[in-house]
This record gives sequence, structure tokens and C-alpha cells, in this order.
Amino acid sequence: MEFTRKNRQLLSRIATNDRHGENSPYFDGWKAYDSNPFHPIHNPDGVIQMGLAENPLCFDLIEKWIRENPDASICTAEGLDKFKDIAIFQDYHGLREFREAVAKFMGRVGGNRVTFDPNRIVMSGGATGANETAIFCLADPGDAFLVPSPYYAGFARDLRWRTGVEIVPVHCKSSNNFRITRAALEEAYEKAQRSNINIKGVIITNPSNPLGTVLDKETLRSLVSFVTDKKIHLVSDEIYAATVFSSPRFISVAEVMQDMDCNRDLIHIVYSLSKDMGFPGFRVGIVYSFNDDVTNCARKMSSFGLVSSQTQFLLASMLSDDEFVGNFLRESSKRLAKRHHVFTKGLEEVGISTIKSNAGLFFWMDMRPLLKEQTTKAETELWRVIINKVKLNVSPGSSFLCSEPGWFRVCFANMDDKTVEVALDRIREFVLQGKEENNHEADKSQARAQRWRKQNLRLSFSSSRLYDESLMSPHMISPHSPIPHSPLVRART
Amino acid sequence: MRLIVPLQGVVQGRGGLIFGSLIPCALFYFLQLYLKRHRSPKPQSNPPSPTTSSPKLAEMTRTSSRSNLFSRSIGQVRISSRAISIAKPNESPYYIGLDKASEDPYDRLSNPDGVIQLGLSENRLCFDLIEKWMSENLGHSITGRDSGELNINGIATYQPFDGTMELKLAMAGFMSHIMGGAVTFEPSQMVLTAGATPAIETLCFCLADQGNAFLVPTPYYPGFDRDVKFRTGVELIPVHCRSTDNFALSITALDQAFNQTRKHGTKIRGILLSNPANPVGNLLSREMLYAILDFAREKNIHVISDEIFAGSMYGNEEFVSMAEVLDSEGFDKNRVHIVYGLSKDLSLPGFRVGVIYSFNENVLAAARKLTRFSSVSAPTQRLLVSMLSDARFIEEYVKTNKRRLQNMHALFVAGLKGLNIRCADSSAGLYCWADMSKLISSYSEKGELELWDKLLNVGKINVTPGSACHCIEPGWFRCCFTTLAEEDIPVVLERIRKAVENTTDLLNSS
Repeated sequence: MEFTRKNRQLLSRIATNDRHGENSPYFDGWKAYDSNPFHPIHNPDGVIQMGLAENPLCFDLIEKWIRENPDASICTAEGLDKFKDIAIFQDYHGLREFREAVAKFMGRVGGNRVTFDPNRIVMSGGATGANETAIFCLADPGDAFLVPSPYYAGFARDLRWRTGVEIVPVHCKSSNNFRITRAALEEAYEKAQRSNINIKGVIITNPSNPLGTVLDKETLRSLVSFVTDKKIHLVSDEIYAATVFSSPRFISVAEVMQDMDCNRDLIHIVYSLSKDMGFPGFRVGIVYSFNDDVTNCARKMSSFGLVSSQTQFLLASMLSDDEFVGNFLRESSKRLAKRHHVFTKGLEEVGISTIKSNAGLFFWMDMRPLLKEQTTKAETELWRVIINKVKLNVSPGSSFLCSEPGWFRVCFANMDDKTVEVALDRIREFVLQGKEENNHEADKSQARAQRWRKQNLRLSFSSSRLYDESLMSPHMISPHSPIPHSPLVRART
Repeated sequence: MRLIVPLQGVVQGRGGLIFGSLIPCALFYFLQLYLKRHRSPKPQSNPPSPTTSSPKLAEMTRTSSRSNLFSRSIGQVRISSRAISIAKPNESPYYIGLDKASEDPYDRLSNPDGVIQLGLSENRLCFDLIEKWMSENLGHSITGRDSGELNINGIATYQPFDGTMELKLAMAGFMSHIMGGAVTFEPSQMVLTAGATPAIETLCFCLADQGNAFLVPTPYYPGFDRDVKFRTGVELIPVHCRSTDNFALSITALDQAFNQTRKHGTKIRGILLSNPANPVGNLLSREMLYAILDFAREKNIHVISDEIFAGSMYGNEEFVSMAEVLDSEGFDKNRVHIVYGLSKDLSLPGFRVGVIYSFNENVLAAARKLTRFSSVSAPTQRLLVSMLSDARFIEEYVKTNKRRLQNMHALFVAGLKGLNIRCADSSAGLYCWADMSKLISSYSEKGELELWDKLLNVGKINVTPGSACHCIEPGWFRCCFTTLAEEDIPVVLERIRKAVENTTDLLNSS
């Protein structure tokens, strides 16, 4: 005991503090899933994973391409002659073909209205690494960034943990569909200044996580002019750019800059292939800055998270295949649209509304009518019920720092059609049941509420969980869970 | 906070030496003292803009580009203070040489006048073996499992950020093999990272706070300056080793450096070793390892042992890993952390595979979380599991690699000897540590850099000067010979000869 205390003292503050965020109640849902994961045959009563924004819907297209293009992989007979040069290549500039292919892809995803310069493409360890690197380049410990809420729960770690930088949320409201208004930004900025907090910039996610909406041109212009006025930075995380499945189209901040009077040195884009292409395992993160110093700095820092040259080579080939890319983007949109429609329609039928969204791998569900009271506490209770009784791991709005309780993010892409049906059934049942119960007398529902409150989050180690090959394959992992090696439901569409 | 060196290059015709340099220097010094005393952990506004301090200061900073005190580039956009210094073009000859060599690379056939790269420790001697393995083991490398069926699902989706258990198992086996089987590595104590570079950085983030320091024996790998200092805010305190004892580390020197640093108010959190050493190539003896562990225990600090060259042995000495020593004696394992990677021993630097191996559960827990920022790419993990699990191949590879390394080392060192350039005694690594002090015009860093420049621009060979490695004795150069073929060695020697033609002593043996 004495030694463990002394032992912990041997560690740094970063190693021992909580800023990695994994102790937050947000991860209780993951833990519940990991201990009782749903499987259509072997564990039909398990928890369905709806908290992971993964996009496996188009893996079949990718597999087909890889099979048909053996020279893209240095591990095949056709590609072997490249092996030596690739295996030894560790230049932090990255393979030229890779950068060119990524630049072209980014341009394409933005509707070909912008040309991205391959010399500004800088690698990093996934979008996680890209966001962190951007912050390392732009801010010193103690500085802060304005981030419109609700925002991706991982920002607390990615932007703050090792950088020592703080986040100042800019709360957006459902009354105007969570739009980012200039007024809200100004207010947050002034307030921060008064409290002696040094704001270094604004971070936005476009398309938004968790809302699934794209920013319109006006909002983008207003953001760019806001940062230009205040001489602070704008980091636009465009990781979901190609998951737009219906109009309005995605507009990159790069496009908006083109016909605006602004300070280009303030604008930076973060990108990745984890969502658009469904390749989170490849760890491809991109920092694209219009500021030369930031580009140089980020490039040197990329040594801490270079993309494997084997992966660079494969992707250079894949992303330069115009026909494949065109087809992929079209199919991906189609499948995402269909899946999104199935869910939102299903929810509508039971009176659950969602924010009107046209992008992302999730939707933002409005469960406010089901809250006992409009408080975070009630939201957390409702969430625990959804995890425990309805057995769906959805993400509560409070973990995204949403100022209004009752909203939930639900991911819809990381499962097959059958599981979608099961999930919808469960939600329908739950909502209808809830409506029924509301018709009972007041004190009866009061008693039930007390029961729910007493109920602790139970991790059910049910024996009905059978083990089979596919369940136990080490590749089925939930990345946010503190418990390693958990199965994910495979998308088979 | 770093001491600000008096502004250089500031006095560009603005008001004379005294006016222009002494006064702002003094002001900077006092400003820095003020900030050091008033610095609080809570977020506070930036140091006041130049207009609130002396007007001369404002004048100075407008012409100066070296103001790391302010996170503001005057008239320009504010980026972070670290970015300002990192973004500047790299002045270290280590990097300049690397760039020059890559711009005009030597090729025996197509570019015989290009720059020969002897500054990057890369091992190209055994690629033929790896290629052969690839061509015989295709199909289940990138995508599917042994069934041969393509299954992108397995590798495209999120993986455990600290590496798959399969790869950890394979790495544990490989590491054990190359270290002569004297040590078993436990996969659950491993954290895989995208190269040894983030492994070192991650450990620094786990073991030290901003402003703390690590002791590092010199000469050391120039990349440590980046890995340890770039983003962590941790300092490196050199512990100088000398040629008189073949650059061996001494506990006395460690102790001295420790005490001196402590006197200046900086907390030492650990020792950073590379064993086998880079750039010298010598090994730490078993006794030395014991002594270091004793020292670390006495001072209550960590030991990071970078053993990335453990499989690149060419000498007859036995390599002893820290892990081996810990196994045998009753040392406190919680303060020892080993770094490894596949860039040197398996010649796969592009694939970005590094290892943190620790006995400390808390460090492992923290490091695991940190690997989110630098994980090994999934297709690469898949490929390596196949390769590393092929025991027969690995055995053949390690044997052949050692043989070829021995051969190249012997030829190269003999060649240098023929030019009256002797090398330090070494047993491992992809390089030799050559003493060219007789060839430099003045026995100083300046003289050394002049020779380096001559070798690079006249001789067209890129070697790494000792000053880039923080060597306290001028005139030493690191020459990597594993990117060469045997036929290239005479070319290199000829170029050295030509570059120093006018220097005496070269052709006259002493």
C-alpha cells in the first residue's frame, strides 16, 4: 500500500490525472456493452452498440478493390518490387503519391470546388493525433479554445490532456437547431476575456458530431470573419465530410475562404479516413493548414504519428483510382441515406423526433418528452434505463456538453440490417411502454421513478453470453472501452 | 523556463551595440525573472504585449525573430511558442545533411556523383531475405486470416490502440530471440506505438512533468532532442563521456550531473540510456547495469533503456538487456522501462512499429491510453504477425544479418584505418564512431563543422558530426555503413581522401 502510493508519485501529472476522460460516466455504457454484447444468434438479449461511430457499410467495395489491385499492396507478387523502397521510407513528408491522392480525395469530397495542395498535407496518428497536433502548434498550456457544444466527447482528451489547453464551450440551443451564432461566439469570447482566459481559437466539427448537420455558407463565413477580427485560429474538423448523404452539400471552410477577405494564416483543417472510408484501423490523420509555420511545425511533429508507409502506399493507389472513388462515395451516401431513413422513420412512428440531419454516422435524438424533469440528472437516469432495460448503448447529451438535457446521440452505421430491426423494436417497445405508464396514476409512476433511481448500473455477466469464433476474434474491439478485446457487431450489408 | 540567450542578430544597424543589445538583454532577463516568479498553474493572460513594457523592447521584437518569450509573432498570427521555434528551418547539421543527401542521392549507376548517405542509420543489408519471405508467404499478409479469404473487417475497424495481442505475442517472441533468448518478454507488459519515436515521447509524458529533466549520457542520438523535448517540456541534461574510456558511462559523472541539476532547481525524473549506444555502438556491461539501477533506486528516479539496436550486434561481446538484469536480481522493477522498435533490427522503419515495455502497471495503464495518438496501422500489424511468427525465417534472418553486419563493419573500419582514421570500440549498431580530430583545422566545434561541411559539399558524403550528438570532444563523426554495398566502400574512402586532401596527416600513418 505504502509502495503503491510512492509508486504513483513516481509518475507524471499527465499519467495520473483524469484528463484522459475515461473515468467519466459516459464510459459506463461502453462497459455495459462490453460485458454483454449483442449477437443476433448467440446473445439476442445483449446490449446493442449504438455509441460507436464506425462506418463499415462499404467494406465489400473496398475488399473488391484490393482483390482486383494486387500491385497496390507491397505484400503481393505484383507489388513486391516496391517493398524495399516503401519499407525503408520514413520521411516525415510522406510519400508524394500518398499526399497527392489524399489532396485529390479531399477536393473531391468538397465537391471539387477547392484544390488542396499536397505540400500542405501533414500526417498524424489518426484524427485524434491530428487534433492534438494542431493544438500543440497553436496554443500554449493554459490557453483555451472555444468549442460550440454539443461536441465530440473525445475532445476533452484530444485537445486538453497533453497540451494543457482548456476548452470553453459555446452553448448552442435547439431553438435554432443548434446553429452556431456570431452572438454566442462573441458572448463566450467576451466572458472568457473578462475571466482572464486567453482564447487562442475556435474548433468546429463540420459536419457536426453529434448533430450530423453540415454548416451552411453563412455560418462558415461568420466564423471565418469572427476569427479574423479577433486574430484567433479556426480549426475545422472535417472528418465526416464524405458521410453527407443528402442535401445540403458539404462546404469546406477552404471553399468559403476563397472568396472572402480573411487571414489565411488562421485557418486549419483536420481530416481523416476513419469515418469517410471506414478505415479507423489504418490510423490516417491529416493536418492541413494554410499557415506555413504551422505546417512546418506539424510536419516535424508528425514523427510522433506517421502513417505506416505500407498503408500510405496502399491508399495512394486506392484514392487515385478515380472510378473507384466516385463509385465508393456514391454507394456510401446511398447506404447511409437508407439506413438513416429507416431509423428516423421508425422513430417518427413512435413520436420520437430527431434533429434534421444529412451527414455523419449517427443522429441526434430528442428524448426530452420522456424525461421526468428537464435536468441532467433525469437525463442520466433515463440513459441508465436505456442501457440496462432497453439494452442499447446510446450516448447521452451531457457527455457532449449539451446545455439542454434529454438529447442522445445514436450511431446507426456500425450494424447490419437485422440488428437495426431489433434496435428499432426495442426503442418502439420502450417508448410505447413509457406512454402507457404515463397514463397511470401519478404516485404509481413516482414509485417507479424511485425504483429507477435506486437501481445502480448493473454490469450483467450473464451466462447466456456464448462464445464463438466471431465473437472472440481479437479484431472486434470497442475503442473507447477500458475493457479490451470486446466484440463488435459486424455490419454485413 | 529556458534561459533566454541574449538576442542575436538584433543589432542590425539599429542604434549601436550597447543601446541595441545590452539594454534589451537586461530587460528580457528581468522580464523572464518576473514571469518565472509570477507564473501560476491557472490559466492566465499572456505576458503583456510589447507596448506595455519598454518601447525599446517593442522596437527590438519587431526586428527579432527569436522571441520565444512571447507567443506572439508581432504583426502576424499568434501560434504557440513551441511552434515558433520548431517551425524554423532546422539548423542542426544532422538534419541539414539528411536533407541534402535525400535531394541528391547517390546511386552507383544512375547518379554516381550524388551524395552518399552515411548519416541515417538504416539497414539495407538484408532486404533480399525479407522480399524472399514475402514472395513465399503471400495471400494472408494484408487482409484475411489464414483462410485466404479477404476480410477487411478485421483490419479496417478500430483495433486496440496499444496493439493487437497477436502482434504483442509475436514481438515478445522476436525480442526474446534477438537478445539471445536470455530474457522472456511478457506481452501484457507491452504497449505498441507507431515507431520508437512516440514510444520515447509517451514515456516522457508518463514519467515527467513540464520543467523536469532526464539525464542522458553523451554523445547521444540527435533525435532524442526532438522525442523528449518538442512537446513534453522536459529537458535533457547531458552526462559527458570521454574517449579516454571509450565513452563509457560512469556513475560519478551521473552523480555529478544529478547534483548540479538539482542545485539549479530542476527535478531529475530519470536516466535515458541507449543500449547498444547510438552513436558510439558500445554496450553497457552487466556490472554497469547493476550500478545504474542502484543509482536510480538511491535517487528514486526512472530508467529508460532504448534497446532498439539490440539485434544489430556484430561484435563478440554479449548484449545484456535491462530486462535480463532485473529478472536475475531483486531490483525494483517499477522504475525500469524498455523501448524497442523494428526500424533497425528488421529494417522496417517505414512501417512504424515501436514498443514500450514496462514493469510498472501504472505506467502501462497511462501509456496505453496515450497510444490513441500513435497506434500501429492495422494492415502493418497483420503483416508483421505473419512475418514474426515464422520462427525459421526469423532465425535465418537474424543469423544472416549479423554475418553481413560483421562483414561490412570490418571492411569499413579497416578502410577508415587505412586513412588513419580510427574508430571507437563498438559491438553493435549500424554505424561506427570515427575520430577525425586530426583532420580538423581547429580543435573546436567550429573546426568540426568546417570538416563536416567539406565532407558534405566537397566530398559529397553525409556523416553526422559529434556536436549534433552533443559530444564534448570535437572531431568525432558517426558513419552509418549499412546503406552501402561492398563496392561503395572504396568510393566513400576515396571521397573522404579527396575532401581532406589539403589536410596533413591523412596519408602519413602515425
